[in-house]
Amino acid sequence: MMRAQSIFTILKNKYISTGLIIVLVFVFMAILADIISLYSPVDPAGPPLQPPSRDYFMGTDNLGRDVFSRIVYGSRIMLMIVAIAVAMSGAIGTMLGLISGYLGGLLDRVLSFIMDSIYAFPSLILAISLSVALGASPINAAIAIAVVYVPTYFRMVRGQVLSIKNETYIEMAKALGLPSIRIVLKHILPHVTRTLMVVFSMNSADAILTEAALSFMGLTVQPPTPDWGFDLYKGRGFILLGYWWIMLFPGLSIPLLAVGFALISEGVSTLITARKR
Amino acid sequence: MGLLRYTAIRALMIIPTVLILYTLVFIVLRVLPGNPVLAALGTKNIPEEQLQALMRELGLDKPLYVQYFDYLVNFIKGDMGKSMIIRGRPIASDIVDKLPATLELSIWSIIFSLIIGVGLGYLGARARSDRVKAIIRLTGSIVFVIFIPALGLSLQLLFSKYLGLLPTGGRLSTTGYFKPITGIYTLDALLRLDIPVFIDALKHIVLPALTLGLVISGPYMRLTLNNMEEIMESKMIEAYRARGVRDSKILRHAFRHVLVPVTTYTGLQFSLLMGGAVLTETTFNWPGIGTYLVDKVMYRDYTAIQAVIIIFAIIVGLTSLIVDILYALIDPRVRY
Repeated sequence: MMRAQSIFTILKNKYISTGLIIVLVFVFMAILADIISLYSPVDPAGPPLQPPSRDYFMGTDNLGRDVFSRIVYGSRIMLMIVAIAVAMSGAIGTMLGLISGYLGGLLDRVLSFIMDSIYAFPSLILAISLSVALGASPINAAIAIAVVYVPTYFRMVRGQVLSIKNETYIEMAKALGLPSIRIVLKHILPHVTRTLMVVFSMNSADAILTEAALSFMGLTVQPPTPDWGFDLYKGRGFILLGYWWIMLFPGLSIPLLAVGFALISEGVSTLITARKR
Repeated sequence: MGLLRYTAIRALMIIPTVLILYTLVFIVLRVLPGNPVLAALGTKNIPEEQLQALMRELGLDKPLYVQYFDYLVNFIKGDMGKSMIIRGRPIASDIVDKLPATLELSIWSIIFSLIIGVGLGYLGARARSDRVKAIIRLTGSIVFVIFIPALGLSLQLLFSKYLGLLPTGGRLSTTGYFKPITGIYTLDALLRLDIPVFIDALKHIVLPALTLGLVISGPYMRLTLNNMEEIMESKMIEAYRARGVRDSKILRHAFRHVLVPVTTYTGLQFSLLMGGAVLTETTFNWPGIGTYLVDKVMYRDYTAIQAVIIIFAIIVGLTSLIVDILYALIDPRVRY
């Protein structure tokens, strides 16, 4: 599938390389938070509501905490929740999609109907309700986001399986008496991976926004834990007083990280269509 | 007859969809461990008898399957249960109060997103340079990443605080004398021929609708641009050219063909729109269903949350039904 030489073609795609750089910057920021940040994210670093300056280059918030340090540490929570959520929904959705598409029949019809119902429903509203029910915590938020996005993977994988299932080589594999599990994992799944990558990165962008929205409603972390969405929420009373920097930096970090993933998705999908032609 | 039957069958299909979502939410809210009354009260320090009495009052002492069906039967009768926080307040009347505000926000947001999205897509299709097209296509696929509260607050900062042109939130400056008819204020003001109120309502809706409209405008950009390009290369346009029709007129013809996919897409956008509406409403203190949901979330008011979910499920189901019917009417190739 993806050989060493093709990695170069992938990286030559401007969308993918830009997206990767953005995402990696945030990933390193999360890993190296202790080194990068100049102050503690939870303790006052100086006088409150300082505008950006040489000492605090993203300013300080209403409690005198360094906004930059909070952004740096906030990337940890964000990336952790999104990684868990996307991994869970990707794994479950792909598995169910493979089974449902390959076996067909009543199971397929029932599963598809359930998935379509969830898919049609506004994902944010469902995620809010689920995380309320589960209780406000980062891991519960991740579960809520995961549930909401399972249908995204399910629908895509199932559709692909349906179109591959009737190819001659699958018929042959069946005629040879290969077990279904082997056919699905070895002969169908590899053909889904490319499209899966598009959905995966697009979904990560979506999950970032959903996480930010849940945080904005106080459904992920407890104060004083730094979190972009939650910081934005707490700072919103100060914004109209003219303290714009409390909002600006979390408000830019969220879409920037999401754009990173969206660009990767865009790039991969242009590569796929280019190859088809 | 065909269309009528098709409509009836499609309408019936909404029921299982709503049931699935109700069941999912019911399972999560009720079957999972944890006492909803305690969660709503936010304290465990409540005498046992008082807790039991409260549970009985809310019908939570019955077996789960009874609760499941009781709620459904009541819902069909129009009783969505009572708030767990503000004791005895019927949720149905709350929702009837709030729904028009959300509807108004949605309608204006769609209008804004169509203007921005179709407008930019059209300009992109007319542009001679491939670079402009690529930029518009890219904008179309990444504009959704804008975090609504951040954009909303920035617009408030700019237009309300610094320029002083528009209000920061709410639906009207004075609510005193204005008597709504439908609850959609901009429409009501027109119906009552009350121009000052209309302008006031419009001023209040501009920023929220612009925020939400911009965020959901992306697909329209791509849809318009791609379809225009496809049509411009078609035989139909070639025929126009051969007959010497002017370029501007050809564009107008092509544009009309783009409107069909745009119309259908508007229906698909609805679920995205509803999710965005929740955030937009919170940011702009817009008293709609979204703000209501967030309020109830803050107080863990389970019955109200459940009702809102079902209402949203019905709205989404109805919209897709309407879109399907419209589609069948517009496009004669659709067989029902």
